[in-house]
Amino acid sequence: MGLENTLFESLPDVVTVKLDAVVNWARKSSLWPATFGLACCAIEMMNTVSSRNDLSRFGAETFRASPRQADVMIVSGRVSRKMAPVLRRIYDQMPEPKWVISMGACATSGGVFDNYAIVQGVDKIVPVDIYVPGCPPRPEMLVHAITMLQDKIMKESVKDRRDTFEPESRISRVPGTLPVTEGTALERETEARVEREDAPRPYSVPSRHEKRRSS
Amino acid sequence: MTEKLHAYVEKLKANNAEWVNDVSEGHGEVTVVVPTDSIVDVCKFLKGNHGFDMLADLCGADRGPEEDPRFEVNYHLFGTKHHHRLRLKVLVSEDDAHVPTVSNLWNTANWHERETYDLVGVVFDGHPDLRRILLPSDFDGHALRKDYPLRGYEPYSLN
Repeated sequence: MGLENTLFESLPDVVTVKLDAVVNWARKSSLWPATFGLACCAIEMMNTVSSRNDLSRFGAETFRASPRQADVMIVSGRVSRKMAPVLRRIYDQMPEPKWVISMGACATSGGVFDNYAIVQGVDKIVPVDIYVPGCPPRPEMLVHAITMLQDKIMKESVKDRRDTFEPESRISRVPGTLPVTEGTALERETEARVEREDAPRPYSVPSRHEKRRSS
Repeated sequence: MTEKLHAYVEKLKANNAEWVNDVSEGHGEVTVVVPTDSIVDVCKFLKGNHGFDMLADLCGADRGPEEDPRFEVNYHLFGTKHHHRLRLKVLVSEDDAHVPTVSNLWNTANWHERETYDLVGVVFDGHPDLRRILLPSDFDGHALRKDYPLRGYEPYSLN
């Protein structure tokens, strides 16, 4: 009797959808943050999850204390050099897929603390997806960061590999789709030069017909 | 107000004239400079006989690399019954930066002396557990000395 009945009457029984779309939608709609409130930004993070600006509207239903059950780590507050290995360890304990939001000026770049004790930016320790400026950022800004991260997640692909370092192998590419250069002397020579570190690996963009996933 | 504090100074002098090197006063507070070797006796005397049962603060400071003696350690004593505050100061030179510990008298001195050792570099003899407390344990140098640069020596990076 609700809207879904009338809506789904017009649809067939089986609907096909891209795997990327479904997986990314599931991942972005239930981003469970890991509590990493270090300093004053943690108070604004608490404000974001309290009832006035409710973060669980956007899927961040519970803030998991254990990193093993968390998706996104919101680093809120200044990171001291003594805390940095602890932060890295917590990040390593999170299972894939994981993202990092650097909240506040101190986590982004050291903030007002340009001294011997504070790490000048948490991206020197963990890879960061979204940076939120502010000292502290308003709760609405953190909510915007979560929605921006959700947009970023929607653009990902299931075939991306996050466990490699080289940027070329992180983004998924259909293998063997450059017939113009594959197996030619140019490719052999370029590979040899990259091996010898004479030249950086050239950026290659597959053309539109080569991006298809299946033949 | 400061008459009562000066009375304590008089009692210190009466007990042992060597205990008081210098007395200074400002803003209603009285500071007594005590020689390094007798700081424990002075503290024991004030705590036992005159009711200074709380060590409100113990902090070290670097007076500057050109000064001699270079470091000073300040003891802020407070009496919870008579509500009087007295400051004891110990001047320590850089070559022999050793001060006997008062952590047997007041347990709070344990962590305060660790902080002074960590940030200024004054060693407390007889301390049960003298190690760094605020900075990382593999930190090189003493950060609150006047000749330690503000931004440190190396940027931190785990990448």
